[in-house]
Amino acid sequence: MTREAFSPRIAAFLCSWCSYGAADMAGVGRMGYPADFRVVRIPCTGRLSPKFILSALRQGADGVWVSGCHPGDCHFISGNLMVRRHFTLLKNLLEYVGVEPGRLHFSWISSAEADKFARVAADVAAAVRALGPASGALGALIKAV
Amino acid sequence: MQTRIVNIRAAAKAALEEGLCRVVAGYAPGAIAMRARPVFIDKPEDAGKLTWSSFCVGNLAGLLTQAAKQASGRIGVVAQGCVSRNLVGLIGEGRLAREDLYVIGVPCLGMAERRKIEARYPGRAIIAVEESEEVFVVRGKRREERMLRRDALRDNCYTCVQRNPVIYDALVAEPVPDTGGGDIDKVAAPWEKHPPGERLAAFQAAYANCTRCHACRDVCPLCYCSTCFVDESTPQWAGKTGDFADVATYHLLRALHCAGRCTDCGACESACPQNIKVRRLTSKLEKDVRALYGCQAGMALGESPPLTVFRPDDPQDFIK
Repeated sequence: MTREAFSPRIAAFLCSWCSYGAADMAGVGRMGYPADFRVVRIPCTGRLSPKFILSALRQGADGVWVSGCHPGDCHFISGNLMVRRHFTLLKNLLEYVGVEPGRLHFSWISSAEADKFARVAADVAAAVRALGPASGALGALIKAV
Repeated sequence: MQTRIVNIRAAAKAALEEGLCRVVAGYAPGAIAMRARPVFIDKPEDAGKLTWSSFCVGNLAGLLTQAAKQASGRIGVVAQGCVSRNLVGLIGEGRLAREDLYVIGVPCLGMAERRKIEARYPGRAIIAVEESEEVFVVRGKRREERMLRRDALRDNCYTCVQRNPVIYDALVAEPVPDTGGGDIDKVAAPWEKHPPGERLAAFQAAYANCTRCHACRDVCPLCYCSTCFVDESTPQWAGKTGDFADVATYHLLRALHCAGRCTDCGACESACPQNIKVRRLTSKLEKDVRALYGCQAGMALGESPPLTVFRPDDPQDFIK
């Protein structure tokens, strides 16, 4: 297998009750998926604040992926439904200032959907890889150190 | 305008005398022309300190969350349409209680942008501005000029949808038409018209002069957190420098915090010493909230802010 020159760094915020479990199961099932993710385990997508995402971008993430429980399956009843509105507005706002749509990804993956996890992970990595290193509006959000 | 001043003073005096409230928050004339500053009065004889003009651009609702903690008893407040919407919003968020407020409602004719008036008479010192419903009389040292109110209005006042107060206990003038005449959906989110590749340039140009003084946050009635995210240090979410990454993070996060709660009162733009059009971001979020969730902040008591609730069928096309 040849290694491509650009390996993106994608911040993945995974809900501990579902998508994080799906990642575990995908690993146990020896399903292949790209290794471009830096996983942050969160107690619920409802815990996610837009500042987490902007902080990841500020530190140079090439993409962000947030994954939680399907609507109706939230461990805390409605955390994912509450945050869905926040996601929508955040994604629209970042696209409004010029961030490419392919940089931000959201998904609902239950802990039983290891195959979906591997598939979406591959899609997300491919989309970010296609856009290349953070540049343009995303590049402007990176804090120089 | 004179009627409003007289009636505001009378309403405040009566409210303090009759014990309807313990203190009244209103506007006093600023030290120089085209300025008004907030003032708290607690004695009926001080009612003469209150004024009203088209330069009362600060939003008093923001001061009340602090005042409500300190004052025992009801607080009076002079409120035009947008300020009353913010009061409704703060009541909905549990920051204020309706029974603790005595609202002196002012039907508003739209507030003036002093920079527009200054720009009309470049290089000339403006000593005073007097106003009627239609016309501003701008006095300089030697001359005086007349300017139509509609040419001097703030951008957000053109597209106002609620000029009369939503809630009030006393009303100081006859109600006026509720809209400013403009269509907010036509002018909101101006960068949507740019192709995606050119939006960053517009974003950078708009915020290039930001000095991070945080006046937009301090004047905003929605910003009442005891510790703002920009002041958090472990971890530090947004840096404090003038670096564009820090400026952008600050403005994006501030706009997101106001999403679904902003009444487009324009206090942020009026307070900005650098004349930054802060509403370029907030208007985008409010436009989305209107389109997606059908909500406008502070229009009725008892409504939950749109980002604290959900509907099972909220749009989610982009979620895999």
